[in-house]
Amino acid sequence: MMDCVEETNNDPLTAAISSPSSGDSNMDKKKPSENVSLADNSLLVDISDALSEKEKVKFTVHTKTTLPEFQKSEFLVVRQHEEFVWLHDRYEENEEYAGYIIPPAPPKPDFDASREKLQRLGEGEGALTREEFLKMKEELEDEYLATFKKTVAMHEVFLQRLAAHPVFRKDAHLRVFLEYEQDLCAKPRGKMDLIGGLVRSMTTTTDEIYLGATVRDVNDFFEQETAFLQEYYSHLKEAVARVDRMTAKHKEVADAHIKLSSCITQLATREQPPSERFLTRAADTFDKCRKIEGRMASDQDLKLADTLRYYMRDTHAAKAVLVRRLRCLAAYEAANRNLERARAKNKDVHAAEQAQSEACAKFEQLSARAREELIDFRTRRVGAFKKSLVELAELEIKHARAQQELFRKSLQMLKECQ
Amino acid sequence: MSEDSVAPFSSVDINNENRDDEDLFASAVQEVSLDSEVNGVRDSLEKISIVDAAVTTASIGSPIMEEIVTERANNIIVTITEPQKIGEGMSSYVAYRILTKTNMPIFNKHEFGVLRRFSDFLGLHEKLSEKYLRSGRIIPPAPEKSIVGTTKLKMSSTSSTESINGNSGTNAHTQFVERRRAALERFLNRLAQHPVLCIDPDFREFLESDTELPKATSTSALSGAGMMRLLNKVGETVNKITYRMDESDPWFEERIARVESLEAGLRRMCGACEALASERRELSVRSHEAARCIAAASAADPHAPLSRALSNLSDVYDKVEHLRVEQSNTDFYVLTEHIKDYLGLIASIKDVFHERVKVFQNWQHAEMQLNKRRENKAKAEIANRPEKIELASNEIIEWESKVERCHTEFDTISRVIKKELERWEEIRVSELRATILRYLEEHMKHQAQSIRYWDGFLPEAHAIK
Repeated sequence: MMDCVEETNNDPLTAAISSPSSGDSNMDKKKPSENVSLADNSLLVDISDALSEKEKVKFTVHTKTTLPEFQKSEFLVVRQHEEFVWLHDRYEENEEYAGYIIPPAPPKPDFDASREKLQRLGEGEGALTREEFLKMKEELEDEYLATFKKTVAMHEVFLQRLAAHPVFRKDAHLRVFLEYEQDLCAKPRGKMDLIGGLVRSMTTTTDEIYLGATVRDVNDFFEQETAFLQEYYSHLKEAVARVDRMTAKHKEVADAHIKLSSCITQLATREQPPSERFLTRAADTFDKCRKIEGRMASDQDLKLADTLRYYMRDTHAAKAVLVRRLRCLAAYEAANRNLERARAKNKDVHAAEQAQSEACAKFEQLSARAREELIDFRTRRVGAFKKSLVELAELEIKHARAQQELFRKSLQMLKECQ
Repeated sequence: MSEDSVAPFSSVDINNENRDDEDLFASAVQEVSLDSEVNGVRDSLEKISIVDAAVTTASIGSPIMEEIVTERANNIIVTITEPQKIGEGMSSYVAYRILTKTNMPIFNKHEFGVLRRFSDFLGLHEKLSEKYLRSGRIIPPAPEKSIVGTTKLKMSSTSSTESINGNSGTNAHTQFVERRRAALERFLNRLAQHPVLCIDPDFREFLESDTELPKATSTSALSGAGMMRLLNKVGETVNKITYRMDESDPWFEERIARVESLEAGLRRMCGACEALASERRELSVRSHEAARCIAAASAADPHAPLSRALSNLSDVYDKVEHLRVEQSNTDFYVLTEHIKDYLGLIASIKDVFHERVKVFQNWQHAEMQLNKRRENKAKAEIANRPEKIELASNEIIEWESKVERCHTEFDTISRVIKKELERWEEIRVSELRATILRYLEEHMKHQAQSIRYWDGFLPEAHAIK
């Protein structure tokens, strides 16, 4: 059941689940100063289709462009998650982009939660009535589909942010990624690669600590920014975990209605016609209530948890900029020391001077860029949060109203039913 | 009904005639005839005066009578308030204030209140069971004794007279007491609604008498009587399992099957309700955690309006947390407790069925004995031994009357049970209905509350610049 869910936008089941917000909001909040190109439609990317095959998800990336660098104006390629990661890594590696906040790579498609639930459902099949089983399965399929849509949206957002960026959009790797019709040979991460990734992330962290301890930053702005991002990241991380836990529980509350509803239905079958009608309707109410609760949970996930999650990763990306800046600063200081040494020895002074001024320019440029990016990050963040929170509140109100209305109607109906 | 009218006359107590007026009235409505027949020794019940006898014979057993009785009985409303802990340590107990409002003339006043402790309730249940169970009355179950709960309560440090309700620190205890309070209230109201039980002198004494009731020692879980009861129960259970009665009455056959299946269904539903309540309770805990984390994030946020909005969001989640607790309480107190209560009632019904089986067993036994005596007599006749024949004939007469008695007893209990069950069936349906309606109403209120919370938050979200 899980292995081949086609992504279709007009699915009646998922139509109810509002489309993932983090994507739209981020696009909308793209800084206007740099985002002139979005309006002219010169490079538009979207994921038109996605297919789940066993462990892998294949995304069909659709590009429309008027830029002369591309050979055609419209093309489709099939990409996997690993290739997105590869693209992200290329950006991170590129020193030219050191001062930019690189859009965080989309998270790995994770259907473990759904799979695990499915497995549990399979094990518990005997304890459930057929009706309950079908309902549970339906819930699970909904949930799976929602996760799937979210995954697709995350990948889409990543590409769209790159495509909308005045500098990133010109990157050769992006062009290859969008245009090249074959596999990019970005192998799925093997064990070695995983270890490599681990080592890399460890060096980044140690770098962060080491540089943070050794390099004296003279700039108040960056110092504050570092402290803020550090703290903010940890808070967001914690909040994401908690909100996720809450949402998962909410989902379970919704699921608990299934059992209750089916129990009442069962009771109803033994009753006299009038009370049977009454109980059947009551069971129906519980079932509808479950649907609303379920939607509440998934909207909460979409609006709150995902916004927090996205900004957690974006904060991480912003932190990476600061680390790169510190590294650059370290290099600059090293160049300074070299110059002093060269002057003392009166040897290769010219070369050292040149190196020093280059490092200085590079650092200055990076700092200026980073400053701009970080300020922009803040406004972007506030905008996105506003949008999500407003939507969250509106949806909560909508669902609570729907539920209240449901209870009101069924009360009326049940009271009439003698 | 001819045998009915004979019985009251036989047990007429002329001395009762001059008792106060309320009692006269009571005896008029008392459906005593059936009981007096089954447990002929229950003098306390038989306060039929000569004046009433005519009325009694005329109306007893007619359905109108039952209706009138039910109508009148409905006018007792019992509420239990202010559970208070009295005393300290292991000897402490919780006393409940019982307020009764009634327009039944059988009571001295229209409104009165007494203070009773839990074991008094059990004592009342015990007394009523002793009196009426054998005649096939369904005695509403008394709440279960919970040693863990009470011990915890006793050990808790709430000061002696302070109302437990108001203390938030002892949340679990409050819950325990509240649950028990609701259960006791239900128990009394069920009795009050029962046409026969509501006018029982013990019940009235329980509601009315200002004096403390004699401590019902036998209800204590660890007493000797408790042990005896336990042994009895074990014996009965063995009997229930081993003895299968050939059901001759299709009505009973159908009802027993229906009660069994109802029990199974309710058990499942009880599990489902409990699961829902506990999931929701956990959700509330997690909402709380989320609220804390969002609050922390808001504190770290440098953007003032966003920080304010987030802190407001955290407040909303805090409120939602309480709302969830309330929702969970609704799930639990309104629905789960009701279902549990029903399971208790079903147990009482099964007890009644079992009583009937016991009566049947007695009857069968008597028949067997009678047959044996007859055989003995036949043997004696063949052997031609006149003194044995005479002995046997005497025995036969004795056993015949026993069989006759057992048979009428069986008929009576069957009839009473039928009536009781019909009555219960009606109440059950309307109660279940009321419960579900109440449940939905409560949840509707919760949703309205939720709308208010989020409505309050929305402008904050819009205010982010």
